[in-house]
Amino acid sequence: MKGTQIFLFVFVMWVLIIVGGGLLISIIAPLTINGHGKFDSILDSGVKALIAMILVVVWIFILSKIKNWIFHKQIKN
Amino acid sequence: MLDKIILAILVSAIAFFSVYITTPFLIKGLEKRNLTVKDYNRVGGAMVPRPGGPSILVGILASEFTLYAFFPTAEILAILITTSLAFVVGLIDDRKVLGGWFKPVALAISAIPIILLGTYDPHLSFPLFGSVRIPELYIALVIFMIPVTGNTINSIDVLNGVASGFMTIASFALTISLFIVHNYDIALASLPLGFVSLAFYKYHKFPSRIFPGDSGALTLGAMYGVLAIVGHVEIIAAVALLPAVINSFLFLSSVKRIIEHRQIKSNPVTHTDDFRLMATTDKDAPVTLVRLILVGGPMTEKQVGLVIFRLAIFSAVLAIVTAFMMGVKI
Repeated sequence: MKGTQIFLFVFVMWVLIIVGGGLLISIIAPLTINGHGKFDSILDSGVKALIAMILVVVWIFILSKIKNWIFHKQIKN
Repeated sequence: MLDKIILAILVSAIAFFSVYITTPFLIKGLEKRNLTVKDYNRVGGAMVPRPGGPSILVGILASEFTLYAFFPTAEILAILITTSLAFVVGLIDDRKVLGGWFKPVALAISAIPIILLGTYDPHLSFPLFGSVRIPELYIALVIFMIPVTGNTINSIDVLNGVASGFMTIASFALTISLFIVHNYDIALASLPLGFVSLAFYKYHKFPSRIFPGDSGALTLGAMYGVLAIVGHVEIIAAVALLPAVINSFLFLSSVKRIIEHRQIKSNPVTHTDDFRLMATTDKDAPVTLVRLILVGGPMTEKQVGLVIFRLAIFSAVLAIVTAFMMGVKI
């Protein structure tokens, strides 16, 4: 079938969404920052948002690598 | 329950037949006013009427207002207002050449009624792991989601029938998923999107008699985004949209900035002598889903469309599996 690698790409994206969600809920969400008084909630949300953004960057990096791999493999074929 | 089934049949029929009946009149009207664009992938470059957005909006408004008459909920109101605003944004873009940033910003503003009407739940649910409460971040997500879904569907509107066919598959997957997660009211409200897309596909499929234009694509995409938010199925909706997301991702990662398609200097796709589509060898051309599909060799427009539909069905199945996984916790 034409474009089989793209189906694999879609599947990998799906797995990354589920794994990313798992990381977010199991590890990042329970984190709490204390000891900064009234700034606790802002710091807490900010750090979590920062970690989530780093995860998104990592996610995009992985997808870029997979895209290049698929593209080069198809060109070779 | 029986009354909801009857209502589901009624709104589906209204959505489908409103578009099915009004689109031929719209085609004639657009031809009469010379509002046509060249179909570059067709031998001889036929002129095709554009935009089909008005008939799509008629179908959505007629069916959602009917639903609102029976169930006057804020969620349906949010669907109606945001979708209509997205249509206006698209119509402006259809008529005037605007910068690449106009659509994302205007669509973000279109999302404000969802927040003002309080039709969102600041919990983001993931399969297997449960949900996370993100009150402040969720508002940003609402603002972000409508431009993303709108532009994602708009960016896949590159071949005859692809945007409407893709939307038909994705929105029916979303409806099934909403039923699986027991959100019956929003499932009912999502039915018109699938039936409107299906009716429009009849005229949009290869060889197209009408193009949806920005007004059509943004209307469909924005409504899909609102349904995902008010139905609390954001992740499921994203999964069903994966092939279109990949298209946007490929485009943005190769172009590295937000630009309009018309601003692209090198076309990612060229033609063979027998007018089949072929991936360009131009290194400056952006990478798109169609170009990636064509790397395997030249194909007809119809064949490329079928590969995209197979990808859409694959993603739809993954979305439904994700919906089932929502009920499982590890």
